[in-house]
Amino acid sequence: MNFVEHLHVLIVAIPLLAVPIIPLVGRLRLDFSWYFTFLALSLSFFMSLNLLMNVWGSGPVSYFLGGWRPPWGIEFHFDLLNSFVMVVTTFIAFVSVIYAKQSVANEISYDKIPAFYAVFVLFFVGLFGMIATGDIFNLYVFLEITSLAGYALIAAGKRRYAKMASFNYLILGTIAATFIVLGIGYLYMATGTLNMKDLAERLPEVYESRVVFTGLAFIIVGLLIKMAVFPLHLWLPDAYKYSPSVVSAAMAATSTKVAAYVMMRILFSIFKIEFNVIGIPITELFIYISSIGIIVGSVLAISQTNIKLMLAYSSIGQIGYIVLAAAMMNPVALSGGIIHILNHALMKGGLFFVVGAVAYKLGTEKISDFRGLGKRMPLSAFAFTIFSMSIVGVPLTVGFVSKWYLVTGAVASAHWYVIPVILLSSLLTAIYFGRIINLMYFSKKPDEGEIIRNEAPFGLVAPTLAVAGLCIFFGIAASVPIEIAAKAADALIGGGLWK
Amino acid sequence: MNNFFIPPAFVFIIAAAFLPLFSGKVRSVYLLLIPVVGFANLINIPHGNFWAYSFLDYGLHLIRVDKVSLLFGYAFHLITFVTLIYALNFKRNMEYVAGLIYAGGALGAVFAGDLITLFIFWELMTISSTFLVWARGTESSIGSGYRYMLVHLLGGLVLLIGIILHGQETGSMAFNHIGLGTVGSYFIFFGFGVNCAWPFLHSWLTDAYPEASIAGTVFLSAFTTKTAVYALARGYAGTDALIWIGVGMAAFPIFYAVIENDLRRVLAYSLINQVGFMVVGIGIGTELAVNGALAHVFTDIMFKALLFMGMGAVLYRTGKIKATELGGLYKYMPYTTIFTIVGAASISAFPLFSAFASKSMVMSAAVHESLYFVWLVLLFASAGVFHHAGIKIPFFAFFGHDSGLKPKEAPMNMLIAMGILAFLNIFIGTFPSFLYNLLPYPVEYKPYTADHVIFQLQILLFSALAFTLLLRAGIYPAEIRSTNIDSDWTYRRGYRAFLWLIDKPVLGFMNYMKKLFFESIPGKLKHFSKNPMAIIMLTFSNSESRKHITDCIINEEDAYLESMNIHWSIGLSVILIIAFLVIYLLVFMISLL
Repeated sequence: MNFVEHLHVLIVAIPLLAVPIIPLVGRLRLDFSWYFTFLALSLSFFMSLNLLMNVWGSGPVSYFLGGWRPPWGIEFHFDLLNSFVMVVTTFIAFVSVIYAKQSVANEISYDKIPAFYAVFVLFFVGLFGMIATGDIFNLYVFLEITSLAGYALIAAGKRRYAKMASFNYLILGTIAATFIVLGIGYLYMATGTLNMKDLAERLPEVYESRVVFTGLAFIIVGLLIKMAVFPLHLWLPDAYKYSPSVVSAAMAATSTKVAAYVMMRILFSIFKIEFNVIGIPITELFIYISSIGIIVGSVLAISQTNIKLMLAYSSIGQIGYIVLAAAMMNPVALSGGIIHILNHALMKGGLFFVVGAVAYKLGTEKISDFRGLGKRMPLSAFAFTIFSMSIVGVPLTVGFVSKWYLVTGAVASAHWYVIPVILLSSLLTAIYFGRIINLMYFSKKPDEGEIIRNEAPFGLVAPTLAVAGLCIFFGIAASVPIEIAAKAADALIGGGLWK
Repeated sequence: MNNFFIPPAFVFIIAAAFLPLFSGKVRSVYLLLIPVVGFANLINIPHGNFWAYSFLDYGLHLIRVDKVSLLFGYAFHLITFVTLIYALNFKRNMEYVAGLIYAGGALGAVFAGDLITLFIFWELMTISSTFLVWARGTESSIGSGYRYMLVHLLGGLVLLIGIILHGQETGSMAFNHIGLGTVGSYFIFFGFGVNCAWPFLHSWLTDAYPEASIAGTVFLSAFTTKTAVYALARGYAGTDALIWIGVGMAAFPIFYAVIENDLRRVLAYSLINQVGFMVVGIGIGTELAVNGALAHVFTDIMFKALLFMGMGAVLYRTGKIKATELGGLYKYMPYTTIFTIVGAASISAFPLFSAFASKSMVMSAAVHESLYFVWLVLLFASAGVFHHAGIKIPFFAFFGHDSGLKPKEAPMNMLIAMGILAFLNIFIGTFPSFLYNLLPYPVEYKPYTADHVIFQLQILLFSALAFTLLLRAGIYPAEIRSTNIDSDWTYRRGYRAFLWLIDKPVLGFMNYMKKLFFESIPGKLKHFSKNPMAIIMLTFSNSESRKHITDCIINEEDAYLESMNIHWSIGLSVILIIAFLVIYLLVFMISLL
C-alpha cells in the first residue's frame, strides 16, 4: 500500500501517537506541548478534509488495520456520513486547540499543562476513532477512551466541585458504557460477528430474536445517556459548568454529536429501516422523548442565572433536534439532522468560546455580568450575537438551514405535532438569548460610569470570530454541506447501505 | 448609463456595516449619501428579475422589479433620507445601524423575487426593528421590545411554515398571487397579518412604537406595516376576507385613539386605522382599489412620519409626551406646530393635502363595487381620523391648557426634515398626478370634483364640531391619566402566568420531590444506617444518655449531603436510567408478543 492510502488511518493514529510525546516534550519546554498538540490536531483536520473530498469524489473508502480483512480484523470505513462528521469534529478540535493556548495558560496551573494537553488530544482520539471505526466493539473501546479522557478534563476545572461533577459523569458514563458493551455482547451472541457491515447482513435473519431486542435496548439507553437526551441529561450541566472553558467548548461541540452519529449509524446502518417497520416503535419513542427534551431544555435554560448552565441546558434542547430529525425517518429531516451536527457544533462551540473569553477577562459566568459587554468587549459581544441569532434560527445563519430542513422534513412525513414543538422552542430560545443580547447592548445601570473597552486577547477572539464567520458562511452558501448531508441521508435511509 | 446595479437592500445593509468607522461631520455626510446612492442605483434598475442565486435547493431571485415594487422602493428611499436628516443630531451609532438595516430589510422584502428571499428580509426586519425599540434604553422599552420580538418571531414562524407548505403544494417558491385555499396559503396569510397589525394581532404595534427611540419610531412607522401591505397586495389582492379585516382595522382604533393619553400611542392607533384603508383597498382588488391602496401607502408614509417627527421633536425638547402634561407649546415651537398641523391636515384628507388624493380612491372603489356598508364604516373612520389625529394631536400638544413648559424650538435638522415632508404632503395633495403616474394601473380618477371637495369639507367640519362640543362640555376623555387595556393584555398576563406556572407549581413540585426522595428519606435512612443500634437505644434510654447518643450521631454526619442540596445527585440519575431501561425493555417485549 502506498502512503496516500494510509492517510485515512493517520487521522486517528497521529494524535494517538502524539499523546505520549506531548508530556515528554512539555518537560523540555512548556510551549512545545502546545505546538505538538496543534500539529497533531491540525494534521488530522487537513487529512480529514482530504478524506471527505476523496469520498465525495470516488465513493466510500475502507482501511483494514494491520492488513487483516474483516470480519476478522478491525476495519475503518468511511462513507459520506462519517467523513462529514469527521471533518466537523476535527475542525472543532483544530479551532479549540488554537483557542486553548491562552485560555489554558490562564486556567490550568502551569505544571499540569503538558498533561492536560495530552489528555485533551486523547479525548479527541477517542472521538475520531468512534467516527472512523467500522467495528462495533472497537467503537466501544474508543468510546471508553474518550470518556475517560473526558472525566479527567472536567476534573481539571479550577473549582472544587469540578471533581464532584467529573465523578458524577464518571458513574453515569460508566453505566452508559457498560450498557453499550452489554448490548454489543448480545448482538454478538445473536450473530457471531462484530464488524458493522457483517452485522447489517446477518441481523435481518434474527430480527425477531429477543436477544437482539434486548441488545438494542441496552445500546440505545447507553447512547441516550452519552447524548444527554432528557431525562438522562443530569450529568451534563455540571460537567459543562465546572470544566475549563476550552473543555466546555470542545465537549459541547463534539462529544454529544458524535454519540448522535453513532445512534444514526446503529439505527440506520446496522439495523435497517425495516427493523423499525416490523418490530417496535423505537422511532415513535424517540420523537416523544426528544420533543419533550427540546421543550424542557429550553425552559430550564430560561431559568438559569449562570451562562454556562444556560448553554448546557440549551444543548440538551439542541441535541433533541438531532434525535428528532433522525427519528422522523425521512431523508429530508435526516439530512437536517446531519447538517445540524455541523451547525450545532459551530454555534455551541462558538458560544462557549465567547463565555470563555468573558471568563478570561472579567472572571465571571453570571448572566447579569454580561451587562454592557457590547461596549466592553465589542468583538466578543458581536460574535455572541451572531451565534444567538443562529440558534434562534434567523435566516442567513446556519440555524435557519437546520430549522428549514427540520420543518420541511416534518411536513414531508406528516409529523404535524412536531411543528408546534419546533415553533415553541424557537420562541423560548429567543427569550433566553434575547435577554442576553439586551443586557449586552441596551441595558445600563444608572450609577455606572463610562465603560472601558477591555477586549479579550487576539488568541481567544480570532477563533471565535472565525467560527462566527463560518456560521454566516454556511448559512448563506448552505448548498455544500446540504448536498453532502442529503447524499448521506439518502444512503442511510435508502437501504443501499455503506454506499 | 451602464446597466450595473446591485439589489437596493444591499446599499443600505453594506453601508450600515461601515458606519461605525465614521464619526462627527463625516458621519453625517456619509449617512445622507447612503439613500442618495441607493436612489441612483434604484432608478438604474430595469423591470424584470435579476440576481439569480440558489439557496436550499431552490433557484431564487434576489430582486424582481415592476411598478408595484418600484413605488415602495421610491417611498422607502425618500423616507429613509428624511428620517436620517431628522436623526442627525443623535450621538449613538446603534440607532443608525439598526435603522439602516431595517430599511434595507424592507427594501429587500418589497423587491424580493420569491417567498424565501421575502422571508429572509422579513426576519431581518424583525431583528433590526427590535433593536430600534430597545435603543431607547428605558425599562418599558425593553419590555415592549421583548414582546415585539416574540410576536414577530411567532409571526415569522407561521409564515415560514406557510412558505414550506406552499412550496410543497405548488412545487415552486415564486411569489405571485396566492389566494386563500390551501393550508399553506392560510399560514402565509396570517404570517403577513401579524406584520400588518390585524385586529387582535395588532397590539405589538401600539405597545412598541410609542416606546421606541425618537427616530426609531419614525423608522418603524414607515416600514413594517407597509411591507406587509405590499405582501398582501402581491399575494392576496381581491380576497374578500381582507375587506372585513380592513374595515375592522379602520374602525376599532378610533375608540382607543380617542381615549389614549400618550400622543405617540394615539398616532400608533391611527397608523392601524390608516393601514385599514389600504387593506380594504387590497381586499376589493379592482384596479382602482389597488391603485388607491398603494397610493395611500405612499401618502401615509409621508404624513405619518411627519406626525411622528412632530411628536418626537416635542418629546426631544420637553421629555414629555402625555396629553395631560403638554399644552401651550405653540409659542415656543412655532415651526414644529405648523409642520404638525400640515401633517394633521394631510392625515385628515383636507383638500390640497396628500391623503385627499389617495384615501378617496379606496372609498370610491368601495362604492363602485356596491359595498355601501364598507363605505359607511370608512366614512366614519375618516371622521374619526380627523377627530383624534387631525385635531387632538396638535390641540393637546401645542394649544390646550398651558402646561408651563418653555422648551426651545426643535433643532434645525429636525425642522428641515419636517419641512421637506410638509412640502411633499402639500405637493402631492395639490398635484396628485405625480403620484398617480407611479401607480401600477392607469388612473382615470379625478379627486378634485366639486362635490367631493364639499363633501369632504362637511365631514371635517362636523367632526371638528363634535370635538369642540365634547371639549366644551368637559367630557373629552383624553386629559385623563389612564392605561387602556388592549389585547396585548392577554399575552402579557399569559407570559406572566406561564412564568408563574414554571416557577411556583412545576419547579416547586420538582424541588419538593427532590427534597423528599433524595434528601429527607435518604437522610433519615442514612441517619438510621449509620448507627442503628444507637437509634434503637435512643428509644429506650433516659434523657441523659439520650443527649450523649444524639451528639455522637450528629458528629458522624459529613458534608456530603450538603452538596446534594445544590446539585443533582448521582442516585437520581441512576434511578432514571434504570427506569428508562425497564421502559424500553417493556416496550420491546410487549411489541414482540
